[in-house]
Amino acid sequence: MTGQQLHTRTLAELAKGLSGGEFSARELTEHLLSRIDSYDASLNSFISVTADQALVHATASDEARSKGDVSALSGLPVAYKDIFCTKGVLTTCGSRILENFVSPYNATVVERLSLAGAIMLGKTNMDEFAMGSSNETSYFGPVKNPWDTERTPGGSSGGSAAAVAARLAPAATGTDTGGSIRQPAALTGTVGLKPTYGRVSRYGMIAFASSLDQAGVITRTAEDAAMLLSVMAGFDDRDSTSVDHPVPDYVAGLTKSLTGLKIGIVRQHFDAGLDEQCGARVKEALSALEQQGAKLIEVDLPNLDLSVPTYYVVAPAECSSNLSRFDGVRFGHRADDAKDLFDLYCRSRGEGFGAEVKRRIMTGTYVLSAGYYDAYYLKAQKVRQLISQDFRNAFDSVDVIAGPTAPTPAFRLGDKTDDPITMYLNDIYTIGANLAGLPGISVPCGFVDNLPVGLQLVGPHFAEESILACAHQYQALTDWHTRCPEAYR
Amino acid sequence: MSGAWEVVIGLEIHNRLATSSKMFSGAPNAYGADPNTQACLVDLGYPGVLPVLNTEAVRRACKFGLAVNGTISHRCVFARKNYFYPDLPKGYQISQYELPIVVGGELIIKDDDGNDKRIGITRAHLEEDAGKSVHEGFDRSTGIDLNRAGTPLIEIVSEPDLRSAKEAVSYMRKIHSIVRYLEISDGNMQEGSFRCDANVSIRPSGQEELGTRTELKNLNSFRFVERAINFEIERQIDVLEDGGEVVQETRLYDSDRDETRPMRTKEEANDYRYFPDPDLLPVEIDDAFVEEVRKTLPELPDAKQQRFIEQYELKAGDAGILTMSRALADYFEATVADFGDSPKTVANWVTGDLSAALNKEGLDIAGSKIGPAGLAGLLKRIQDGTISGKIAKEVFEAIWAGEGTADEIIEARGLRQITDNSAIEKIVDAVIAANPSQLEQYQAGKDKLLGFFVGQVMRETGGKANPGQVNEVLKARLSKE
Repeated sequence: MTGQQLHTRTLAELAKGLSGGEFSARELTEHLLSRIDSYDASLNSFISVTADQALVHATASDEARSKGDVSALSGLPVAYKDIFCTKGVLTTCGSRILENFVSPYNATVVERLSLAGAIMLGKTNMDEFAMGSSNETSYFGPVKNPWDTERTPGGSSGGSAAAVAARLAPAATGTDTGGSIRQPAALTGTVGLKPTYGRVSRYGMIAFASSLDQAGVITRTAEDAAMLLSVMAGFDDRDSTSVDHPVPDYVAGLTKSLTGLKIGIVRQHFDAGLDEQCGARVKEALSALEQQGAKLIEVDLPNLDLSVPTYYVVAPAECSSNLSRFDGVRFGHRADDAKDLFDLYCRSRGEGFGAEVKRRIMTGTYVLSAGYYDAYYLKAQKVRQLISQDFRNAFDSVDVIAGPTAPTPAFRLGDKTDDPITMYLNDIYTIGANLAGLPGISVPCGFVDNLPVGLQLVGPHFAEESILACAHQYQALTDWHTRCPEAYR
Repeated sequence: MSGAWEVVIGLEIHNRLATSSKMFSGAPNAYGADPNTQACLVDLGYPGVLPVLNTEAVRRACKFGLAVNGTISHRCVFARKNYFYPDLPKGYQISQYELPIVVGGELIIKDDDGNDKRIGITRAHLEEDAGKSVHEGFDRSTGIDLNRAGTPLIEIVSEPDLRSAKEAVSYMRKIHSIVRYLEISDGNMQEGSFRCDANVSIRPSGQEELGTRTELKNLNSFRFVERAINFEIERQIDVLEDGGEVVQETRLYDSDRDETRPMRTKEEANDYRYFPDPDLLPVEIDDAFVEEVRKTLPELPDAKQQRFIEQYELKAGDAGILTMSRALADYFEATVADFGDSPKTVANWVTGDLSAALNKEGLDIAGSKIGPAGLAGLLKRIQDGTISGKIAKEVFEAIWAGEGTADEIIEARGLRQITDNSAIEKIVDAVIAANPSQLEQYQAGKDKLLGFFVGQVMRETGGKANPGQVNEVLKARLSKE
């Protein structure tokens, strides 16, 4: 069949092709596996490729389809960020400490997508325990940006973003604790959706910072993101923080027109920290939306500058506790020939964790310590409330807030690894949505020197429909998302 | 202890709630299974798993709070207590810290002089238990059994209101009795379902300021609590009277040596870094829930004791013993109902022969080999004169041994009391005839010999003669001669 060009199609297009009998799930899967085989050496976007299992499932999917047994995502290949537990498959979280960890169970996200017929191609590379903005903290080596392999794809869901951008997978899951879906999407010219906190179950998603972590997707279109979210979202009684809120048909909601949509513009988003060229692309995108009938309204987020420091207290505090279970006792890396318990702990963890993870564990331990708790953790929680309140106030007058996703296009690998603070500032526009638990999406909105730029849309709680519709309408006007890095066409 | 010192004790009681599943997972909350068979991925702290609160544990903690007149918090928060230990799979214990489920409360106990004394309860909070490290049977290594990991506990913290080891035990017994009355816990101390830590300090009598305390960890029997505290009091007095200072530390009680020893400092030098668990939402408890739980409260020991005193005209001591456990009180009441007469007699039998038989075999009332109907059946035969009280003891033992009901045994063994006056007279005459010298002495004024004659008659009848009748006939015949 016409296998050669299947990778250029979106998930929605592939679904049509499969249902029309144009090609089989097996052909589609084989095609993508062969692309991964050919191209991923240059990108390092996968930690594990589950080729055998994928082919078995694809064949079974074709058989089921021939009997009329079809589900929402039947035969559609997806990749999972290696933070999602996948039964019987290596689940490393990008860390040496889980280098040998084969999960005995499936995350809810994996379970739901599989039940809907999606086929797992493999597990994508990521910053270790999702801690990083460049994918350079992965124990399995950095991921390269398909637009320029000297550059980072962003992080922590860098493997997922690179794989989708290079057309190795039509879609991949990601997680977003402080921009980890949206920033890599921006840097690779893909769509990255982080839903409302509690919209998608965290069960089986290896925890980094429990009050901020949220599962989402990286795709090429808002439509594809809507297809996947419709399946992934919903209450899960295994996650007490998942919210029992009705799940709409996100695809059906995409057609909502932009006319009359009130888009908030935050003055601080266009301050000195933003690359001028990036700013220009974002402003062009905003004008395009305005021309379609949206109203641009200036809003104020007065505590925006506190979001990065707040995040770097809350997230490390939670991670210092969440990562205590990796102790070499029950699973994962265990140091050889431990002299005693203390030695077992120190060396298993010392050998198992990388520098950035250790930095955050130490920071988190410090901010929770007796005598420092009030000054750091408690204060950060209070500021977090202020930031949430700022967003609530803003959403009194607008439907969505639009602005840049990241301050610059993709930077060079190694550029910021020695300077954690500069690295952290890469997430300045995205972190607010995590602290406030809001849904956000990044959509490709142009290029600077052949490097993609992302437009971020943030909505009120559970307003995924609004931001998806807005992103979809924008994509209908533009073709940025159809551009493919030359080497991967 | 020396009168110059006042002892100050506070207890932290850890009580396992007998829910069917664990606190935050669906694994069974069962004791005694093969290692690691009652633990699921959540209990094992696997990557990606999340806790889900067992609302039955909340209900039970709430029930306890109401039973001790505590305040049920409308909003309580689970917090993580962080420390590393191999039997703590997540590296933190989910507990409650700043906002516990029960705030305040009180109990009345008897002080050392037998007077009522109020003991304040500071708080009671919910938490999960850790697993167990197993040292036996492993060569130079340690086994981990996570069956216990995640089982629900309430930790009950008293005010430092206790003034002696005896008071501490009395308080602990009272709490033990309450949790069993409420049926929120099996209270099994051998299995570690009910254990406590004791904070002990002393201060010169009359001094307001508290002395430096030590914490005695993991005391799992009433006897150990008393002995450990008494040892610790003596030790602290010795230290202070020798001019030393008590060091604030955690100590372990060694029951073999009957002494307390400091724990290794590494184990206690923890900063637990408590913070609210972001995986669990704050628990909101509304008045409707509290009222619904309140409706399920049974009659509690103090109220039951008072009722027994009034309704059955029992002495406070007997009523106290009978209401120590709800099962014993129920047994008593069932027996009274069946017997239909003299609660006092029932109380004597339950606190006397029955308790002795239970103690002898180390059973509690649930294991009694005589049920309320069986005991009532026996008492009826005493009541109607079929057997004497003395014979009844023999029948009791036979019922206990499983030989049948009171009636069956009386029949089979021919124990029916002789109440036929002419038959008794015949035997009395024979006894008098056989003991002429005693008769002579009796008639010379040695009245005490009546007992001798009664004994002889009873021996002749195998104890079956009605004692009252024997007395009467004897007196008449002896004076007549």
